[in-house]
Amino acid sequence: MDEQKEKIRAYFARLFRNRDLQDDTDIFATGFVNSLMAMQLVMFVEKEFHIKIDDEDLDLKNFNSINAISGLIKRRAAVGTLS
Amino acid sequence: MKIELTPQQAGDKAAFRAFVDNHIVPHADRFDRQESIPSTLIKRIGDQGYLGLNLSPQHGGDGKDMITLGLLHEEVGRGCSSVRSLLTVHGMVAQSILRWGSGLLKERWLSRLARGEVIGAYGLTEPNVGSDAQSVETRAERFRDFYLLNGQKKWISFGQIADLFLIFAQCEGKPTAFLVARDNPGLSIKPISGMLGTRAAMLAELYLNDCRIPKENIVGREGFGFSHILPVTLDFGRYSVAWGCVGIAQGCFEACMSYAGERKQFGSYLKDYQLIRKMLTDMITNIKAARLLCYQAGYYKDINDPRTLSETLIAKYFASTMVTRVANNAVQIHGANGCSSEYSVQRYLRDAKVMEIIEGSTQLLEVSIAQYECQNMAFA
Repeated sequence: MDEQKEKIRAYFARLFRNRDLQDDTDIFATGFVNSLMAMQLVMFVEKEFHIKIDDEDLDLKNFNSINAISGLIKRRAAVGTLS
Repeated sequence: MKIELTPQQAGDKAAFRAFVDNHIVPHADRFDRQESIPSTLIKRIGDQGYLGLNLSPQHGGDGKDMITLGLLHEEVGRGCSSVRSLLTVHGMVAQSILRWGSGLLKERWLSRLARGEVIGAYGLTEPNVGSDAQSVETRAERFRDFYLLNGQKKWISFGQIADLFLIFAQCEGKPTAFLVARDNPGLSIKPISGMLGTRAAMLAELYLNDCRIPKENIVGREGFGFSHILPVTLDFGRYSVAWGCVGIAQGCFEACMSYAGERKQFGSYLKDYQLIRKMLTDMITNIKAARLLCYQAGYYKDINDPRTLSETLIAKYFASTMVTRVANNAVQIHGANGCSSEYSVQRYLRDAKVMEIIEGSTQLLEVSIAQYECQNMAFA
């Protein structure tokens, strides 16, 4: 069980009620993500996983699915950029 | 739960109040008439550290929490909304760099912004674009080592004096934010005068004609201007405005308490009439409620809770609609004197109305908050 992915899944499950999101579902393609959600997602990831997201991470590929976010967190943790 | 200022916050609030009472309140009506703020006052504000209060010492700031920053914006707002507006737009630029600027931009600008050596202004609105920010018409073209900006910005607070502008543009169809220095060739500035309120905020129009800026002046990445830079900066702006509204309303209340205790009609002081007391009670209650919403938004900011974004919308909505009612009643209590330039309440009323228009109009917030609050339930 991937604990990080579980937390991200739980977050999206609350955010996208009644929507079945797979780990590789492109959340931006769902059409339900607005600017508030995009920034809240950054804040959620930073707070929940104790990492700092900066300008170099601003790539939709880092945020567009549960897998992508999990990958970003792992890469950030690996290079020691925990906040 | 504990809703109480820490000793540090209470001490800072007292210091802010003393500064405002000494250096702003006695002159604010004159600033309003002259439609400008003296550079000596701006320097003094910078010297106090008020332009970089929440920036870390590493970036030349004081490293204060967001509640303390809110207390400053309330006190300055009580004295003069135009000066508070300087803290707002300057802070929005600093915030954009702090949150999404490259290491180079942080190093180049943050300390200078924090010390007030550089004044920042926010370039989003245009002649054809107000609430519909996503439709900005200013364009950016990417070349090998630079961007070329073309377009026009309007209603830019402190555009007349700012040294650094955060400009939103469509970069080949992708919304993007850029920093443009005042001395950049291709940027020209035209002052705006005769506004209803915040008349000393030195508004300007900006004209970008083949304005060539280095490629490293991009804030964030191409395409992230509206999704990530705009929300961060507007969130700061709304937080500042919400506190500023509490400040205006507090100024109204204090003016009314003073006036109602001195003014006699029909043989009694105004304060002894029940209809006056009702208006004062409404003021007291609404000011306290708005301040609590600001505390809530600030608390979430200090713990990096995503809920702060929508809580700030709510605080701004409540505070800005509250303050127009409070200021309206303040003029009513003052009667003909309240309509005169001899009393500050007429300025408070004009400034209050502006608060319902800037950083998200009342109507925009009325359709957004319900939607966002549903999202917010994800964090409950």
